Amino acid sequence: MMKELEQRIAALEKQIEELDVSTEVGRLQESQMRRDLAELREAYVPRSAADRVYLARHPARPGITDYIDALFTDFFEQKGDRLCREDGSILGGVALFHGIPVTVIGHRKGKSLTENLACNFGMPGPEGYRKALRLMKQAEKFGRPIITFIDTPGAYPGKEAEERGQAAAIAENLAYMSGLTVPVIAVVTSEGNSGGALALGVANTVLMLENAIYAVLSPEGFASILWKDSSRAAEACEVMKLTARDLLELGLIDGILPEPPGGAHTAPAAVFEALDKELQSRLHALRKMRPAALAAQRYQKFRAMGAQKEDA
Amino acid sequence: MQNPFGQRRARLLGLSQLRGKTAAPAPAPADEPSPFVACAGCGEALSRSQLKANLGVCPLCGHHHPISAPVRLAALLDENTARPLLCKSGFMIDPLKFSGYAEKLAGLRRKTGLSDAVLAAAGKIDGQSAVVAVMDSRFLMGSMGAAVGETITRTVEYAHRHKLPLIIFCASGGARMQEGAVSLMQMAKTSAALARFSEDGGLYIAVLTHPTTGGVSASFAMLGDITLAEPGALVAFAGPRVIEQTIGEKLPEGFQRAEYLESHGFVDQVVPRGEMKAVLARLLRLHAKGGKRA
Repeated sequence: MMKELEQRIAALEKQIEELDVSTEVGRLQESQMRRDLAELREAYVPRSAADRVYLARHPARPGITDYIDALFTDFFEQKGDRLCREDGSILGGVALFHGIPVTVIGHRKGKSLTENLACNFGMPGPEGYRKALRLMKQAEKFGRPIITFIDTPGAYPGKEAEERGQAAAIAENLAYMSGLTVPVIAVVTSEGNSGGALALGVANTVLMLENAIYAVLSPEGFASILWKDSSRAAEACEVMKLTARDLLELGLIDGILPEPPGGAHTAPAAVFEALDKELQSRLHALRKMRPAALAAQRYQKFRAMGAQKEDA
Repeated sequence: MQNPFGQRRARLLGLSQLRGKTAAPAPAPADEPSPFVACAGCGEALSRSQLKANLGVCPLCGHHHPISAPVRLAALLDENTARPLLCKSGFMIDPLKFSGYAEKLAGLRRKTGLSDAVLAAAGKIDGQSAVVAVMDSRFLMGSMGAAVGETITRTVEYAHRHKLPLIIFCASGGARMQEGAVSLMQMAKTSAALARFSEDGGLYIAVLTHPTTGGVSASFAMLGDITLAEPGALVAFAGPRVIEQTIGEKLPEGFQRAEYLESHGFVDQVVPRGEMKAVLARLLRLHAKGGKRA
C-alpha cells in the first residue's frame, strides 16, 4: 500500500518534471498533476501495522548516525570489544548532549549497500553486544547517562556468532543493564526485533517513534513459526501487537514520539527536534534520582512486565 | 523452529505401527501405547519400563531422551523433601488474544497436569537444601511466556529471600511467540532477578538440557555461576536450520551440541543424567557457604 503510493508519487513527480510548460495546455496539465500529487501525498500515511513495519524498514528512514549528528556534539566513536573484533553493526561512543557527557550506543544498519554489508545490516554478533557492554561499564564508572538507539532485524544467526556465544553475550547485557546506577534511556527508532534489540533496551525510560516496531521476532519469523508460512507476514503484523501504541497499551514502553504523517523520512528535522525535547525532559527527570533509586526503578519496571498489577 | 520432538514422535509412531503389524497378531487398541519404543539415538527397541527406570537414557547408546519436569524433580530431590513453589496466577495471560492459544493452554494443562512449562520446588539434594526449577518441553516446547518468566523470577526471589542455592534445568524452544513482546520482556525480568541474586552472593547452577535455545538461552540459561549440560543437548541462540538458511552452508557435525559448547568455553562440564544428582550434591557441598554472604 505505502510502497505502491510511493511509486505513484515518484512517477508523477517525474512526469511533472518532464512536462513542457511553455504551452497553455502544458501549464493546465501541470496544475492538474500537482493537485493529484498533493492528494497522493496526503494519502501516504500508515493505515495498518504492516504499513508501519514498511515505514520502520524504509531505506531512507533516519539511522543512528543521523541521530548522533542531529542531537549530540563532540561524538567520539569507541570501537572494539577488546576480546575478538570490531563489530560495525553496533555504533557507540561518548558525546555531549546539551553539554552533558553521555554514552551513546545503537544499532547501525548503514546507508548504502557497502555500508549495509560492513554493518551486517544491523545484525550484531556477540562482539557487538560485548562492545556495548564495555561502553556501558565505562558509563557506570564515569557516572555518565546512557542513551541507546534500537534499530535491528535481530541478532545475527551465524555460525561464528553462535560459536562465540551470541546467547551468552545478550544474557550478560540484560543482567548488567538491569543493575546500572546511571540513567538509561532507550529509543526504538525503527525496528526492534528479538533479544538482539532488548540487549540494548533495559532502560529506565523506553521510548518508541510512532512508526517504530518492537517485537519478539520479525513478522516473517512469527508467521513461519506459528503458521509455517512466512508469506503471511502482513497478517502477522496485525496480530503481533508490535506498534508503538500496542506496546504502550501493554505497559512495555513509556512514551511515543509522533512522526510526520508520511513517516520520519519525509521530515527528519521535525523528528530530531521532538526527540531532542523529549530526551532533555526525560534525562532531566532521571538525573535527579539517586543511583540506587535508578537501579531500583529500572528493576521494578521490568519486574512488573507480564505480571498482573495486583501481584507485581 | 520446527519441533524436533514432533518429528521424533512421528518417527516413533511409525515404528511402533510397523511393529504392531509384524509382531502382534491382533492389533492393539489405538489408545494403548506399545510397551516398546525405538531409541531416538540408535533406533533399537527399548521397553518403556526399562527406559523409565533409566531416566530416559538409552542403556545401549546413552542417548538422552527428554523427561518430564515431575519425573526429573522426583529423581533429583531426596524423598519426601520436595515442597512445590506454586505460581498458578498473577501473570498476564494471552496478551495478543492469539487465535487458539487459550484453548491450547487449557488442553496442555489437562494433558500434563502442569500449569505451564516450568515446575519449581524447594527440597533437599543429598541432604542439602536447594531451590530447583525444571522446564518441561512437553508444554509448547518449554517456551517462555509470562507464566514461565514469572515463575522463574519468583523462584529466584524465593532462593534469594531464603538464602538458598538455585538450580534451573533449562529446556526451551525460546520465547513464546503467542505472547508477543510480553514474552520478550521476560528475558529482561529473569536476568535482572538473577543479577540481584548474584550480587548478594547467591549460587546459581544452570543445567542445559535438550533443547535450550532462543530467548531462554539468551537470558537465564547463560547466567549460571556453574553451567552444566546434558550429553547431546542442543544449546543455541538461533537454531541450526535458521543458520543454515542464513549462511547457505551445512553446519559441522555436533554444532551447537553440549560437547561443542564445552569445547568452545561456554559450559563447565557435560554431565550424564545418571550422574547429575551426585554432581549437583558435590557442587552444593563445595559452595556450602554459598548464598549466605548477606
